[in-house]
Amino acid sequence: MILRVLVVALSFCLMATQIRAEENIQIGYLEQIVPRPPILSNLDEIPENEGFAGAEIGLSDNTTTGKFLGHNYALQKQIIEEGGDVLAAAQAMLKESPYLLLNAPQEIISQIAKLPEAENALLFNVSSRETKLRGEACSANLLHTMPSRTMLSDALAQFSVKKRWSKWALIHGAYDADKSYLAALEKSAKKFGVAIVEKKQWNFDADMRRNAAQEVPLFTQDFPNHDMMVIADERGDFGRYVIYNTWIPRPIAGSEGVVPSAWSASVEQHGAAQLQSRFYKEYGRQMRPIDYAAWAAVRTVGEAVTRTNSADLDAVKSYILSDEFALGGFKGRPLTYRKWNGQMRQPIVLSHARAVVAIAPLDGFLHQRNELDTLGLDQAESSCATFTE
Amino acid sequence: MRFETILALSLFSTTVAADEIWVTNEKDDTISIIDVESEKVIRTIEVGERPRGITFAQDYSVVFVCASDSDTVQVIDPDTGKVLHELPSGEDPEQFVLHPNNKLLYIANEDDAITTVVDVDERQVIAQIDVGIEPEGMAVSPDGKTVITTSETTNMAHWIDTETQKIIANTLVDQRPRHAEFSHDGSELWVSAEIGGTITVFDTDTKEEKAKILFEITGVHKDKVQPVGFEKTKDGKYVFVALGPSNHIAVVDPKTYKVIDYILVGRRVWHMAFNADESKLFTTNGVSGDVTIIDVESLKATKSVKVGRFPWGAAFRPTSK
Repeated sequence: MILRVLVVALSFCLMATQIRAEENIQIGYLEQIVPRPPILSNLDEIPENEGFAGAEIGLSDNTTTGKFLGHNYALQKQIIEEGGDVLAAAQAMLKESPYLLLNAPQEIISQIAKLPEAENALLFNVSSRETKLRGEACSANLLHTMPSRTMLSDALAQFSVKKRWSKWALIHGAYDADKSYLAALEKSAKKFGVAIVEKKQWNFDADMRRNAAQEVPLFTQDFPNHDMMVIADERGDFGRYVIYNTWIPRPIAGSEGVVPSAWSASVEQHGAAQLQSRFYKEYGRQMRPIDYAAWAAVRTVGEAVTRTNSADLDAVKSYILSDEFALGGFKGRPLTYRKWNGQMRQPIVLSHARAVVAIAPLDGFLHQRNELDTLGLDQAESSCATFTE
Repeated sequence: MRFETILALSLFSTTVAADEIWVTNEKDDTISIIDVESEKVIRTIEVGERPRGITFAQDYSVVFVCASDSDTVQVIDPDTGKVLHELPSGEDPEQFVLHPNNKLLYIANEDDAITTVVDVDERQVIAQIDVGIEPEGMAVSPDGKTVITTSETTNMAHWIDTETQKIIANTLVDQRPRHAEFSHDGSELWVSAEIGGTITVFDTDTKEEKAKILFEITGVHKDKVQPVGFEKTKDGKYVFVALGPSNHIAVVDPKTYKVIDYILVGRRVWHMAFNADESKLFTTNGVSGDVTIIDVESLKATKSVKVGRFPWGAAFRPTSK
C-alpha cells in the first residue's frame, strides 16, 4: 500500500518535478571521547574518525537514494572531549533533530536516553556492547545497531558446538569490560552446552613483547584439557601474546584468534566487498565494527524515510519497528529490529585477520521466530520493560 | 504427438553442429564452454579479471564479457576465443544489456553508481547516467525505448529513456535488487530482490507495481531464499528464478505469478541460459562451481557439469548459423 502510494507520488513527480514535496532529514552524531588506558603493544592505532566515517558512508548512501525522491539528508557531528558536557551537547542536538547516533560509553548513553529532550527522539547506540543496555537498562527511545556482548559470545558458542570444540579454557583481563565479556561467555557456554574447564585472570604487568614465550606456557600449563582457548581482552592488551605460546596447541578465540564481531575487514561476501571498497576509497583504512554500526543506524533512518516518504519521527519509528522494515546490510540476511528491546538483529561474523571462518547463526541453530534470535537476549528472557511497540 | 516433436527437434539439432552454453567463471578469469548435446565442457578460454556479465551480439559474431576487475568489457571472437578488442566501460562493469539496435551497450558500473552507455562500433562512451548505489541488473524493453538499471543499495529500478539517455522514472523495489527482465511482449518489467526475497512485477505503461512474487521452500528459512537471476520461456509458460543460497530454482507461472515447483540445483545458484529450443536450462552454481542442467519438460535436474571457480553468467550460442 505504502509502496503503491509512493509509486503514484513518483509518477506525479515526473510530470511536475518542481512541485514535488521535499523532505529534509537531519541526523546527529554525538561522540564522547573516552580515555584509553595504555596497552602492551604499540601497533594499534584507533582511527580518529572511527564511527563517524561509517555514518558518513551511510549518509552518502541515503543521499543517492534521496536525490531520486526529493529527500535531503544531512549529518551533524559533535565530538566531546574528556570532561566535556556531553549531556548539554545532546540536549542542543536533540532540539535540532530527533535522530541521534551515540558513540559513547553505556552510562552516558543511558543518561542521554533519560533526558526530557530525548523523550520524542530516536537514539542509536552505535558503540556500547553492554548487554544490560538491552536488558534492565533499556530505553524505549534507544535502538542498538552494535551487537551486544551476548550476541557475540552466543555466536562463538554456536561455532564451538558446531566444531565440537566443546571445552573452553578462559583467560580474562582485569578490566570491567573484560569481566562483562567473561560473564557473557559464561552465559553463552551454559546456553549452548559448552563446558568451561578453567578460568584464569591475566594479572601480569610484564612487557609481554619480550617474554610472552616464557610466561604464557607457564600460565597455561596447569589448564585441564580443553578444545579451545577463549580470551576476554577487550582492549587488545595481552591476548595477542597468547597465540602460539600456549602449553598445549589449541585454537584461540574471543578477543583474539577467531573473533566474533559485527564487522571485520575480511568480510567480503553478499556484496560486502563493495561496501568495504567504498569505505577504503574514502578513508584509506578498513571498516571497523563501530563504523558498521553507525552506517547501519544512518541507513535505518534512510530506509524508513524512503519507504514512508516522510521524515516524521512517529512514522519513521513505527516503520522501523514494524514487520515491513528490512535493511540490506551486506551480511546475507535482512537486518531488522527486536521489538522487545530495540536491538538490531544481525548475523555475527567469526573471523580472523585474513578470512571469515563462519557466520552465526550457524546452520542447525533453529528458532521459532527468526534464526537470528538465537543470538543475544531473546524475548522470553528479556528484562526490558519500558520498550513497547 | 508431443514426443514426436521432441524427437524431431533433437534429431534436427544433432544433425547440425552442437550448440554451446558459455559460462563466466568469476574466480578463474575464464569462460567454460559447454556442448549442449554432450553436456560436457569442450573448451575453456581465458578472459580478463573477474568475468561476470556475458552476452552475444544478435548475429552471434562476437561475445561481450564484463571483466569487472579489469574495468573493461571485452569483445571476443566466439570461434577462436581471442579477445578482439576492449570497450571503455567505466569502472567495475558487472552486468550489461545490448540494445536491439545491436549498437549500444548499457553497462552497470557497480562501484561508481553509474550506468555507462557505449557505442560498440565506435568503441566510445556516449553517455554516463547517475543511478543509485551499486547498479547491477540491466534490462532493455523489446521496443528498445526503455533501459532499466537496478541499484542494490538504493533499492530502485531506474527507467532510462534510450532517446535522451536520461532517467524518466525511479521505482522502489525490495531490498537488494539483482536482476531485471521485461516480458517478451514488453508489457511487464520483472525485478528480483535478493534480500527482500521477492520479485516485483511492474506494469510498463503505468510503472506501477502489478504483482509481487513470494517464495517459500519447506525446510529453508525465508532469509536464505534469495532470488537473483531469472529467465522466461518464449512460450510464456514458465519463468525460472535462481534462489541463490537456498540452492533451488523456482518455476513460476507468469500468468498467475505463483510458484509451480522448486528444483534443487547446485550451491548458490546465480544465473542461467536456455538451449535453442528451450528444452534444457543451464544454471550457474557459484559455490559448488558447477552448472546444473534442468530438463524443462519434466522440470527435473538431470546433470551437473563441473566448470571453473565461481561460475556466474551464462549465455547461449548456436553453432548452426
